[in-house]
Amino acid sequence: MFGFANPQRFWRLSGALLPWVWGAAIILLGVGLYWALIGSPDDYQQGSSVRIMYVHVPASWMAMACYAAMAAASFVGLVWRHVIADVAAKATAPIGATFTALALFTGSLWGKPMWGTWWVWDARLTSVLVLFFLYLGYMGLWAAIEDRVKAARAAAILALVGAVNLPIIKFSVDWWNTLHQGSSVMRADGPTLDPAFLYPLLIMGLAYTVLYGALLLIAMRTEILNKRITADQRRRAASEQLHVQTREGA
Amino acid sequence: MDGLFSFGSYATYIWFAYGATALALGGLTFFTLRAYARAKARARALEGGEPS
Repeated sequence: MFGFANPQRFWRLSGALLPWVWGAAIILLGVGLYWALIGSPDDYQQGSSVRIMYVHVPASWMAMACYAAMAAASFVGLVWRHVIADVAAKATAPIGATFTALALFTGSLWGKPMWGTWWVWDARLTSVLVLFFLYLGYMGLWAAIEDRVKAARAAAILALVGAVNLPIIKFSVDWWNTLHQGSSVMRADGPTLDPAFLYPLLIMGLAYTVLYGALLLIAMRTEILNKRITADQRRRAASEQLHVQTREGA
Repeated sequence: MDGLFSFGSYATYIWFAYGATALALGGLTFFTLRAYARAKARARALEGGEPS
């Protein structure tokens, strides 16, 4: 794992992976969308509205998976001062926030026809809204603190403290009474969802995961470049300063 | 559109959900790639360029 702490090595490896990851994301999204919109049947109770599931459920999975990845990377960055881990955590935040916003929005669009309401302040919906605010707070911390090392540390601590929300989201449908249905895929006794719905859902889940990978690699490379640019500018400013001082001294 | 997609009375909800998904993920991809292109251009303008 620590071999990847070297930005040069990460740069080479990610550059080789990029075309494959993007290709896989596009193919999986194409297949998943076709299956979700055309190739899958209507539900006998929910009718065609079940198709919202194929964009809502993977977005919710990714909302939580991205946060878990961000918290894990933050932990590695915090404990071992792993530069690439901090970069990965920072790059994950906007992607996770987008998935969370999508989970909330598409859930609302599914809730209206099925529950008769756009929103309820129940445990599941509220805890996912809190997750969204945690992402915003994390990004806000990075933006507010100029010193990268201090920003990384503060943001990492927030990410780790906020991780307590993940089991709350997952088990909210079991612990409290909620309009939201219980788990039908990630269950200890296996999925209860019919294969006709399960397979397109899993393809969409995989497509979202690979898309996250593709976006993450690009965002991490951007962050590495920006770090180099800032370091370079600092170096130039320092050498100019030295130049001026030397001239004044002479 | 009714020939290929027959979503009935839920059509509006479904299209809004897929439209929002396309907009959000498409927008995220666009901004991510644009930031990358800008960083690459700036790095190239400075000495050293991209890490090799």
